[in-house]
Amino acid sequence: MPIDILMPALSPTMEKGNLAKWVKKEGDRVRSGDVIAEIETDKATLEVEAADDGVLGRLLVPEGTQDIAVNTPIALLLGEGEDASALDAAPPAPPHAKSAPPPAGRTNTDAKPAPVVEVVRPEGEATMNEIPAGTELVTMTVREALRDAMAEEMRRDPDVFVIGEEVAEYQGAYKVTQGLLQEFGPRRVVDTPITEHGFAGLGVGAAMAGLKPIVEFMTFNFSMQAIDHLINSAAKTHYMSGGQIASSIVFRGPNGAAARVAAQHSQDFGAWYSHIPGLKVIQPFSAADAKGLLKAAIRDPNPVVFLENEILYGHSFPVPKLADFVLPIGKAKVARPGKDCTIVSWGIGMTYALKAAEELAKKHIYVEVVDLRTLRPMDIETVVASVKKTNRCVVVEEGWPQNGVAGEVGMRIMETAFDDLDAPVKRITGKDVPMPYAANLEKLALPTVQDVIDAVRAVTYR
Amino acid sequence: MAVAKESGAGASAVRRGATKPDVAEPAEAAAAPAGFTREEELAAYRDMLLIRRFEEKAGQMYGMGLIGGFCHLYIGQEAVVVGMQMCLEPGDQVITGYRDHGHMLVAGMDARGVMAELTGRRGGYSKGKGGSMHMFSIEKGFYGGHGIVGAQVSLGTGLAFANRYRDNGKISLAYFGDGAANQGQVYESFNMASLWKLPVVYVVENNKYAMGTSVSRSSAQPDFSKRGISFDIPGEQVDGMDVRAVRAAGARAVAHARSGHGPFILEMLTYRYRGHSMSDPAKYRAKDEVQKMREEHDPIEQVRARLINNAWASEDELKKVDAEVRAIVNEAAEFATVEPEPDPSELYTDILR
Repeated sequence: MPIDILMPALSPTMEKGNLAKWVKKEGDRVRSGDVIAEIETDKATLEVEAADDGVLGRLLVPEGTQDIAVNTPIALLLGEGEDASALDAAPPAPPHAKSAPPPAGRTNTDAKPAPVVEVVRPEGEATMNEIPAGTELVTMTVREALRDAMAEEMRRDPDVFVIGEEVAEYQGAYKVTQGLLQEFGPRRVVDTPITEHGFAGLGVGAAMAGLKPIVEFMTFNFSMQAIDHLINSAAKTHYMSGGQIASSIVFRGPNGAAARVAAQHSQDFGAWYSHIPGLKVIQPFSAADAKGLLKAAIRDPNPVVFLENEILYGHSFPVPKLADFVLPIGKAKVARPGKDCTIVSWGIGMTYALKAAEELAKKHIYVEVVDLRTLRPMDIETVVASVKKTNRCVVVEEGWPQNGVAGEVGMRIMETAFDDLDAPVKRITGKDVPMPYAANLEKLALPTVQDVIDAVRAVTYR
Repeated sequence: MAVAKESGAGASAVRRGATKPDVAEPAEAAAAPAGFTREEELAAYRDMLLIRRFEEKAGQMYGMGLIGGFCHLYIGQEAVVVGMQMCLEPGDQVITGYRDHGHMLVAGMDARGVMAELTGRRGGYSKGKGGSMHMFSIEKGFYGGHGIVGAQVSLGTGLAFANRYRDNGKISLAYFGDGAANQGQVYESFNMASLWKLPVVYVVENNKYAMGTSVSRSSAQPDFSKRGISFDIPGEQVDGMDVRAVRAAGARAVAHARSGHGPFILEMLTYRYRGHSMSDPAKYRAKDEVQKMREEHDPIEQVRARLINNAWASEDELKKVDAEVRAIVNEAAEFATVEPEPDPSELYTDILR
C-alpha cells in the first residue's frame, strides 16, 4: 500500500502553504531524511523531508500550487516491493489518511481541503468616514499592513527605528519586519540579543533622548521580562517630570493566544497594559486599522502598547490605497450596524463577534458590532451611543474574565447608560485557566462563536 | 577592602584593564591623580560644599516634616559627582538612581527648584509630582532621578544609543550603586553597550552598603570594576573620596567612550555618612567606621587642606565660599517652604503629552 505524504504543518498557526518546488521527481528513490520538496508558508520557505524509505510513486500536487491545506496528501511513496501498479490499486487517499485523528485546536479544525483566504469587508459608518469616498482598496494581510506602516513612517521620520529580537537579518520572527533591513539598514533595524528587560529600557532611554523607537517583542509574553520599563520608565516619567520628559515609543508584537503553544505563550495583555495611566493601548483587528493605527502610534508623543495577534497576521482585509493613511487613536468603530443588540469587542475577539452577528442575522436578530480598536483611552461614547440604540450589550474578550477589559466596558455602560439597558450586560471571555496545550482543552479555554450567539439570545430574550 | 587609600602617589587609581590584563597600562593611570589648578580646587571645594550644605538642610527639613517620603542624602559621596562632572562637555547626559540631589546640583540645576521638589511644591523641577527621587532637566543634560534600582542603567545605555544613532559625539554617564550592580538588567545593558560600542561610562558608586546589606554579604565579586570582564568592558577602581582621582579616571573613561571604543566602568570607592534614607538608623555598621571615614578621608576636608597648605586660599577666603553656599541653600530652603503646593488641577495634567 503506498504511503501518503501529507502537507505538513510547519508552525503553530500554519493552516495552509504553497508547494514552491519539488526537489525529487516521480520515480526517484528517496531515503528517510532526504529533502523532497520546498514548502512556502507566509513566514518562510522550509524544506520537507521524507519520513520513510521508498520510491516517489506519484506527485499529487504540482509545483507552484498555492494554499494547500495542512494534511492534504501531496505525494504517494511506494514501499519495498511495490511498483506503480500499486498506485492505481490504492483507494483515493482521504484527507488525514496517515495522521492521528484531527486535533480540535483552531489551527487544524480550520484546515479544510479547499484553500481558505478570509477577506473581511469593512462595514459601518466610522470606516466610511475614515476613508475618502472613491479610495481604491487593496487586499493585504495584517502582516503586510503592519510592515507597510513601519516602512512608511521610517521613510517619513529619520528618528524612527525598529529594535528587537530577529527583526533585521531573520526578517522578523513572524515576518512582520520583512524587508526593513534591506531598505533602512542595520542602523535603523537593530537585532538585539535575547534581553527584553535591557532592550526595553534602552528603547525608553533612546526615546527620552528624543528618538522614536519601535520596540518589537517577539511575543508580548516576553514583555513581562521588561514590564518595569513599560510602566515605571515609559508610562510614568512624563508625569513624574512635570511634563518635561516624554517617551515617544511603540512597544509592539503578537499578543494573546496563538495555537497550541500552552500557557506561557498564550496570554492577552490588553487588561494588563490598559490598566496603566500614561500608556496608550491599541489592539486592532483589521489590516486597515492595524496600518492606520500603527502609523498613528509611531507619531504619537506618548508610549503606546500595540497588541497584535499571530493568528490575525495571515488574515487578509481591504486596505485603502492612500499615500498617508493614519487613523485616530482612541476612536472605536461601528464595524457592522444593527439594532437589536450591541456586541463590543476588539482584536481577535472581533472574529467571534462578526461571525456571531452573521449567524444571528439569519435568525433576524440584527447585531451592531463595535470594534473598540483602542483600549486606552477607551472610546466609551461610541459604545454608549450604540447601547442607547440597541439597549442590550454583549462584550467579547479573548483574555481572562477577572479584572478584564470586558468587565471595564460593562461597568462604564452601567455608570453612563444604566437606564438605557433592557437587560444586564453579558460578557464572553476566555476561561479563567492557564491556556492548556491539549487541542481539545485549548478549544474549551477559548470563547466560541456559539457562546457569543447564546449570550446575544439571552440578553435579547430570543 | 580599604575605601579611601592614602591619596598620595600610586594608590589612588588602580586601573584594571578588564579583559587584557597583560597589556601595558597608560603611564598616567598608575601615577598620582593629575593635580588641580587653584581654580579647579576652589571650584571643586565650592561644588562639594554646596552639596554637603544642601543635604544637611534637606535632612533638617525632613525632620521638620517639610519633606516627605523617601529622602536619600549624598553626604560623603560628593567627590564622585563633582569630579565626574568636570569631565563632561555640554550636551553630554547624566542619569542616576534615587540618591540624586548631588548629581542635579553639580549639573547646574537650580537649588531652589530641587529643594522645592523635595517639599512637593509647584516650583519644584517636576512641579511637585516627582519628589526627591524623580527630577529631570533636559536643559542641563540630567535625565533623572529614577526610583527603580538598576533601571537607570538600561535607560542610560539608551541615551548612549541615541548619541551613537545621531553620531553627535556626546556620551552618557550612568551612575548606579553597589546594590544596583547586582541587578540583571545591568548586565543586559553591558552586553549591548559593548556589542554596539555605545558611548557610555558606567559609574558604580560603591558606598559599601546596599541599604543595610554590605558588599561582602551581597556580592560574589566585590570588585565592581571587574564586572564588565565577561562583556569585554574595561574597568577601573578609583578612590572616590579624592576628587582629583575621580577627575583623572573620569577623563580617561570619557575619552574612551567618546572616541568610539565603547563603554567603560568606573568603580568609585566612596562612603555615605548618613543612613540609606532618613529613616535608616544604620545599625549595620559601627559608628567608628563612619567616624574614621569622616576624619581621615572626607572629600571636602582633603581639598580644603590642600588649598590652605598650598596657600591657594586663606581661611577668610574659604569662609566667604562657605557663606556664599549657605546663602544659596538658605534661599532654596526658604523658597521651598513658601512656594505653594501644586494646584489641584495639576492632578490630571502631564499624564499624556
